[in-house]
Amino acid sequence: MIVDKKKGIKRMTRLLLIVLLSLLAAALGYVILTLPKSAVNLQELVAHNVATSGVSNPVTAVLLNFRAYDTFLEMVVLLVAMLGVWSIKEVPIEPITDIRNPVLDTLSGLLVPFLILFSAYLLWVGAHAPGGAFQAGSVLGAALVLLLLSGRQPFLAFQGLYLHFTLVASTALFTSIALFTLLVTGELLKYPLAQADTIIFILESIATISIGLTLALLFFGIYAKQKEKQ
Amino acid sequence: MEIVTHLFDGLLCIVLLLVAWQSLTSSDLFRAIVLFIAFGLLMALVWGRLNALDVAMAEAAIGAGLTGALLLAALAKYQTLSSIDKTDSDNIVDKRQKNQ
Repeated sequence: MIVDKKKGIKRMTRLLLIVLLSLLAAALGYVILTLPKSAVNLQELVAHNVATSGVSNPVTAVLLNFRAYDTFLEMVVLLVAMLGVWSIKEVPIEPITDIRNPVLDTLSGLLVPFLILFSAYLLWVGAHAPGGAFQAGSVLGAALVLLLLSGRQPFLAFQGLYLHFTLVASTALFTSIALFTLLVTGELLKYPLAQADTIIFILESIATISIGLTLALLFFGIYAKQKEKQ
Repeated sequence: MEIVTHLFDGLLCIVLLLVAWQSLTSSDLFRAIVLFIAFGLLMALVWGRLNALDVAMAEAAIGAGLTGALLLAALAKYQTLSSIDKTDSDNIVDKRQKNQ
């Protein structure tokens, strides 16, 4: 009897939850459908000002120029995430892998150069078509993860101070450009019009490398520690 | 032609919701992660259909690719750690039984 009662209560709470959640979903849907059209038409605003940004792809213009502050903070978030993983335990530099596979060896040897080239292409094309630093960085990170998984040791030749320097490079560059523009133009991250495209390209290139390395090291942090325990 | 694209979009929505539901309710963590990766790839398709190609690329590369790899690595680590804990506790039980 008691068991039946408990089951009944469980079923009741579940039904109540379903009703409440459906009400919430309906309310949210109603609110979204009745939202007034925004007073400031952002799409038009961007389209009108894209010529002053130094790039012709509106997405890159927003990310690296109009709202560069947000991208700056994203870089800081990535860096803090990396530091969070390292604060648990510094990532060992020597990878430990027991995967010995000729297919993986050959395929990674063929794919990694292509991935690096593709990452550079995404970075370059970002100025006028879909692409950009985050996409290019994640492709670079994927190439590094593939190297790690196939037992190669990319962090053996590239460690210590170099590694740390590359990790903080984009945040440091963003900070210095922010300070510089604050001094020169009087506004944070407001680039001088003539140099905007160069600044964006340099920022994106450094950000690509930092993002790729951070993502690969995040993976390596978990992967390497797990192998060490065995 | 329009009917075909509408059909494709509808199918995409349904499959997306189904995969999300399966991933959230799966009790097998490995299955859940694989479904999460599949969800990320379908989501990238949806972003592509919405003409947000930048978001689609980021979703495919980071959302499905690297997050999937991170989750799989974390799962492998979690399983080795919990198996070590288990053998530890088994050893303790053995010792107690010997002491008695």
